[in-house]
Amino acid sequence: MIVATVALERPHEETYLSVGTTARSWLLTTDHKRIGILYMVSITLMFLVGGVAATFMRITLLSPGGGVVAMETYNKLFTIHGVIMVWFFLIPSIPSVLGNFVLPMMLGARDVAFPRLNLASWYIFVAGSLFLLWTVVTGGVDTGWTFYTPYSTQYATSHVVSTTLGVFIVGFSSILTGLNFIVTTHRMRAPGLTWFRLPLFVWSLYATSLILVLATPVLGITLILVTLERWLGIGIFDPALGGDPLLFQHLFWFYSHPAVYIMILPGMGVISELIPTFSRKRLFGYTFVAGASIAIAVLGFLVWGHHMFTAGMSTHAALVFSMLSYLVAIPSAIKVFNWTATLYRGAVSFETPMLYAIGFIGLFTTGGMTGLFLASLAVDVHVTDTYFVIAHFHYIMVGGMVTAYMGGLHYWWPKISGRMYPENLGRLAAMTIFLGFNLTFFPQYILGYLGMPRRYAGYPPEFHVLNVLSTAGASILAVGYALPLAYLLWSLRYGERASANPWGGTTLEWTTSSPPPEHNFAHTPIVTHGPYDYVRGPQGDQRG
Amino acid sequence: MNGQGLGFPLFPPRASALADRVDALFFFLLALTGIVTLIVATLVIVFAVRYRQRPGRVIAPSQTAGSTLLELAWTIVPGLLFVVPFVWGARLYVDAAVPPPNALTITAIGKQWMWKFQHQGGQREIDSLHVPLGRPVRLLLTSEDVIHSLYIPAFRMKQDVLPGRYTTVWFQADRAGDFHLFCSEFCGTAHSRMGGQVTVMQPEAYERWLALGASESLASRGAKLFQQLGCNTCHRGDSLQRAPGLVGLYGRPVQLTDGRIVTADEDYLRESIVEPASKIVLGWQPIMPSFKGRVTDDELLQLVAYIRSLEPPAPEPFAPEGQPLFPAQRRQGG
Repeated sequence: MIVATVALERPHEETYLSVGTTARSWLLTTDHKRIGILYMVSITLMFLVGGVAATFMRITLLSPGGGVVAMETYNKLFTIHGVIMVWFFLIPSIPSVLGNFVLPMMLGARDVAFPRLNLASWYIFVAGSLFLLWTVVTGGVDTGWTFYTPYSTQYATSHVVSTTLGVFIVGFSSILTGLNFIVTTHRMRAPGLTWFRLPLFVWSLYATSLILVLATPVLGITLILVTLERWLGIGIFDPALGGDPLLFQHLFWFYSHPAVYIMILPGMGVISELIPTFSRKRLFGYTFVAGASIAIAVLGFLVWGHHMFTAGMSTHAALVFSMLSYLVAIPSAIKVFNWTATLYRGAVSFETPMLYAIGFIGLFTTGGMTGLFLASLAVDVHVTDTYFVIAHFHYIMVGGMVTAYMGGLHYWWPKISGRMYPENLGRLAAMTIFLGFNLTFFPQYILGYLGMPRRYAGYPPEFHVLNVLSTAGASILAVGYALPLAYLLWSLRYGERASANPWGGTTLEWTTSSPPPEHNFAHTPIVTHGPYDYVRGPQGDQRG
Repeated sequence: MNGQGLGFPLFPPRASALADRVDALFFFLLALTGIVTLIVATLVIVFAVRYRQRPGRVIAPSQTAGSTLLELAWTIVPGLLFVVPFVWGARLYVDAAVPPPNALTITAIGKQWMWKFQHQGGQREIDSLHVPLGRPVRLLLTSEDVIHSLYIPAFRMKQDVLPGRYTTVWFQADRAGDFHLFCSEFCGTAHSRMGGQVTVMQPEAYERWLALGASESLASRGAKLFQQLGCNTCHRGDSLQRAPGLVGLYGRPVQLTDGRIVTADEDYLRESIVEPASKIVLGWQPIMPSFKGRVTDDELLQLVAYIRSLEPPAPEPFAPEGQPLFPAQRRQGG
């Protein structure tokens, strides 16, 4: 019946943060923890750029006639918002920041399998980001993040090629991170850490990595074909050149639907850590939750056609894709039910990460449930390409993934920084985000069923009130996101010092000091039991 | 329900038979997902509050690993429940893909950033569409440039409009009035202005409206083009012809040299004019030149309307008029 690990006060020992403080020590580091922080800084900057674009969009939509910005500018705003948030924030968010930081420690390893490749991934990410930001500065792009042909290849006059190249480059960062995580999980597990003793965050990162490695190359090839058609006029997608525009959609969604799972599986993994920790209870149905991650990764490859029910695809194909889309909902439902069951007869406390976890269950369930509307063919015909879809995927990606990222960030913040964040401010921010989010996006479900198409710089007057509500919500949401940015930075200097295991976690990262030493563990841990075992305590012996 | 008291709508107007059926499915889904979401939310809140951590309780009183029975239950039950919206939605979708044989055909061309409609009598309109109440209307759609999508929320109807291909969609309006018509696939700068309205009129009013704008019918314009372009020198319709006869061709299955059998729908006719070599009718030589670039999208629609109008003397009751068009499928077939 031990839970609290003795916080090893080792004031004289060096931590991964104190081994070097120069810029060089950061920019040439191969420490997975430091690389995780480099990613955190980069994606936070990209999130701010994407957020500024969203802010201007919501301001434009305050009035039916638009008018704050020109239509052309509005089109560039939603394109840049989508491109940045998908490829430069959501996809790297949990895997590259929290995954990089935590995965090797959860495995009891000193680092990832290929530390230098890991640093290369970050440099590739930065190169892609600079490419994209340069595009924005020099005039932007107006194709939407989906780059539909033949608009993107023949008609758009904005910077399509530099954008697709930016995304192409950043794709390699994804592939290399995925590869690194797969090999690390196979090869670097501590003695005794069998597959079914792995924390569920590791399972979800593993499933995510499979998708990153298998799907991203398809996106890369597709974007190269778009570039070649635009530059050289080879006829792949443009019917005027003998190509097929639907081929582009098939290829694009063959990547981008699995990419949706890249953008939610890691979030589910974080929630699977938070719920047991703050319930002080073993996770209900471990094997089923782990299996569900793999099932989502596999089934996620078979449902891309549900983005094309009105595109002119064959009716038979539409029927099959609709059925498979219902099937892929089942593993997600399994996870939600297991998280809920974990709370039953738990010892639940409500620190900030847990508030995010509970918020996640609500928002993700709502987003998932509205996915069932979209999987149903006749309803999809009406609501596809409307705000209903916008609301649906923001509930999954912002309500789900960003909420999980915030939860995970607060959960591991003591480990990352060695400091505690201010708890009450943390709770306040979590609740502000939950309220602001719902006020922003719930009206958009109604707008969508009313028939307001997406990517509209103006709209008929009867949609006015709901748009104003949405913008009001967005301003609350912005405050909610600004708070953690401020108090987390504040805590770096003024936060209370964190113990090794402030939450009573049972996975291996909590058995080392906060912040950890450069090589994570003084001795390689030996694992004798599974995670979330609150009777036997943390995985790994404490003989040190 | 529709929020009239609020001063703004919460629910869109319904103006077609399909709209009622789609809304019924929507409300079923709303009830199903609403109940499940409510149950999950209630359990989460009740468990979290009831089993909150109490002083002195370091770990939870229960450390159960799970229950295979429960796992099976919440895997199988949702799976079975999902069958209902899948089948229901599929049924409506398939119905909406098959226009009734007596449907009125109106052509629509999307271009950056306007909708051009043309009625069979040659009446043209831009960004507005007049249709009769209570009669099935089939839209034959194509694009001059990028992909657009014709969306009429009051009919719960949407169809992407592609360059170099014909797609179709149909509806039967059952409420007179003006309703929004949008482009719902992003198509460039003025995408959000690419729309207008559908006006559903009483049949007599529609006839009067047609009479006002009457000009030469599409088929008759097509017949003239057929002469001008010299199509009639080969497609003569007699024993000396060097190309297949076209009378009664529309809607009929056609055997190709590569063994495929395709239906001679509008998209087949279009393709045979601009890319004649891609589908050669069994028993004929590939001698037809391509008319790609020589005829505009408007003229193509006129030629197709003319060929469609060539009925055999005693029309046989063919099913094909009512057959769904599967352009993408046909391309992949064979």
